[in-house]
Amino acid sequence: MLSFILRKLLASIPVYLGIVLIVMLCLRVNDPVQAYLGKSASPESIAAQREKMGLDEPFVSQYVSFIGRIVTLNFSEESWERKQPVGEILASAVVPSLAITVPALLLTTIVAIGIALLSAYMRGSITDKALMFAAVLGMSISLLVYVVMGQYFGAYWTAQQGLDVFAISGYEPVHESVPGNWIRYCLLPVIITVILTIGYDTRFYRAVMVEETGRDYIVTARAKGATKPKIMFVHMLKNAMIPIITHVMITLPFLITGSIVMETFFRIPGMGQTLITAINSKDFPLIQAFTAVFAAIFIATNILTDVLYALVDPRVRLG
Amino acid sequence: MTADRKAILSVQNLTTCFRTDRGVVRAVDDVSFEVFPGEVLGIVGESGCGKTVTSKSVMRLLPERTSFFAPGSRMLFRPASRSAPDTPGNAKDTLPREVDLASCDDATMRRVRGARIAMIFQEPMTSLNPVFTVGWQIEEALKYHTNLSHEQRRARVIEMLKLVEIPNAERRAGEYPHQLSGGMRQRVMIAIALCCEPELLIADEPTTALDVTIQAQILQLIEGLRRRLGTAVMLITHNLGVVAQVCDRVMVMYAGRVVEQGGVHEIFRSPRHPYTAALLSSIPKAGKREAGRRLPIIPGIVPSLFDLPKGCRFQDRCAYRQDRCVNSEPTLDTIESGPTGETRLVRCHFPVAAVSTPRSAGSAT
Ligand SMILES: Nc1ncnc2c1ncn2[C@@H]1O[C@H](COP(=O)(O)OP(=O)(O)O)[C@@H](O)[C@H]1O
Ligand SMILES: [Mg+2]
Repeated sequence: MLSFILRKLLASIPVYLGIVLIVMLCLRVNDPVQAYLGKSASPESIAAQREKMGLDEPFVSQYVSFIGRIVTLNFSEESWERKQPVGEILASAVVPSLAITVPALLLTTIVAIGIALLSAYMRGSITDKALMFAAVLGMSISLLVYVVMGQYFGAYWTAQQGLDVFAISGYEPVHESVPGNWIRYCLLPVIITVILTIGYDTRFYRAVMVEETGRDYIVTARAKGATKPKIMFVHMLKNAMIPIITHVMITLPFLITGSIVMETFFRIPGMGQTLITAINSKDFPLIQAFTAVFAAIFIATNILTDVLYALVDPRVRLG
Repeated sequence: MTADRKAILSVQNLTTCFRTDRGVVRAVDDVSFEVFPGEVLGIVGESGCGKTVTSKSVMRLLPERTSFFAPGSRMLFRPASRSAPDTPGNAKDTLPREVDLASCDDATMRRVRGARIAMIFQEPMTSLNPVFTVGWQIEEALKYHTNLSHEQRRARVIEMLKLVEIPNAERRAGEYPHQLSGGMRQRVMIAIALCCEPELLIADEPTTALDVTIQAQILQLIEGLRRRLGTAVMLITHNLGVVAQVCDRVMVMYAGRVVEQGGVHEIFRSPRHPYTAALLSSIPKAGKREAGRRLPIIPGIVPSLFDLPKGCRFQDRCAYRQDRCVNSEPTLDTIESGPTGETRLVRCHFPVAAVSTPRSAGSAT
């Protein structure tokens, strides 16, 4: 297993170097300094800024030095807009994002798998049909409806009644707030994210389970005298884990980038918002660092996915 | 093999129906047969004649929502009583002396499945669960049906793998299905089926998906184990050569009906139903001057269950068809008892004459 992971890690190094190369090239197609300072900027100030950023050096040396900074985890470059090291900005933005996305993903996945199992178990019954109807309904309603309803009824209206459970929007860093208060800010976006994603996930997981119920090994298990729960939770679930893991892992990198939409509506200073403001203000160092970090996370989850596959599926593990 | 021995399985008027988009079809229509202890009953017929549905009916493995047994269907199973408390095959609980598998509850059915009646399937490549070791999959059956401890079960698993002649049993037990060949996997299936010492083994085309050389090995294995363990076998196949090799009695099915039934020697010597005769004439015979001659095939196909003819179901393909065959369906009649006392049943208005060499039916060339 260890050599398996090592092999995957080694194989991903050239991929990562390639991604960083492409990202850096793309970011230099238009002169980033010119874009940031605007047309009216004097050539001297542009040249000064370029020199400060090392953008006047040959591309190869810029590339090598950036890779060097990534490897040493040195993100002390300053954001042009916020005059803060980019590493600090990203680190402070990642926590609010995770505070929303991780609980939302956990809840969605666990509940969706549960409902999917129940639905597949009772396939064709009224319960199954009702659950699937609810799933489609949940998927079909616009995000805006949930946000407005949540903010109005969930937060505003309940506050009027004296129940101060949900915050309408905003965020407080964990270490600066009473724990209960921090949760108040996260609750509404988490719940809405769950509602938004659970319909699709449930249908997907149910389809996976239904496909498994048609497999020959299910008949063999029944022929052995296995009970229906044993077949569902032992035989089927382990096989279904393969597509389920894929589905969950694909969403993992986006946990860290956060939901741009949610963070905007609820004014949460997470990664999504940070990226949007960085792009809008043409904050070159921040965009470059963000992309490099995101690519690394993406590759890391891919490796993690392969490792999980190998754990579940002997055909992958044993080749 | 005479009537005074008590059958362990007595299927009476089994009619298995499916609800389909185009209405209800009877895939198995009024089928009756018996299986006696220790014998091998062959069920033959072309694809789509209802062999698999018959065997899955006995195991109640058909889709629950779309299939049902017509009223009057009975499948009486008489399990042997088991006494020794710690033999591997000792069931956790005892069953009634007679169980009607067509109507018993699911809990009773689960005590029969895998413990008293076991089944192996046509597709060894997909019949095992890919994410569990074969040892685990054999042990699972023991978990459900015996009171053995974990260590005893592991020992039994190894014993079973050796019994089905898998080399390196200890190592193989820890392997996954994809690490084994098709023949090996079918051996594992047999080990799963026999680990609780069932009274009846249903083998649904167990060798069809395997290479010819492996086919013979698997058949020999099943035949050898039947002798050693005394398990009765229902062997489903469309290969009459296999029937001749291992079966005691044969039941020939056509379009959901039994068309002929009797002792294997009698049927091979003198088939009475034109369909049986046609099947027999389409198998190559060793040592005959047949080299270069094309084997006769039965023209036409099995009629669809959705549009069965009014009269005999074989009429379209029969060389002996008369008006009566078109107008009324023949009943399944006892026409003789062979020298061994075996009852001979035939569903035909004009049975093929009893002769010592099989006549060929159809437009044999
Ligand atoms: N689940 C099902 N639903 C509807 N029809 C079925 C189903 N399973 C089998 N049948 C029909 O029953 C008939 C007998 O099939 P089967 O027993 O599999 O034949 P075979 O003799 O080749 O094993 C076929 O015509 C088939 O179409
Ligand atoms: Mg079949």
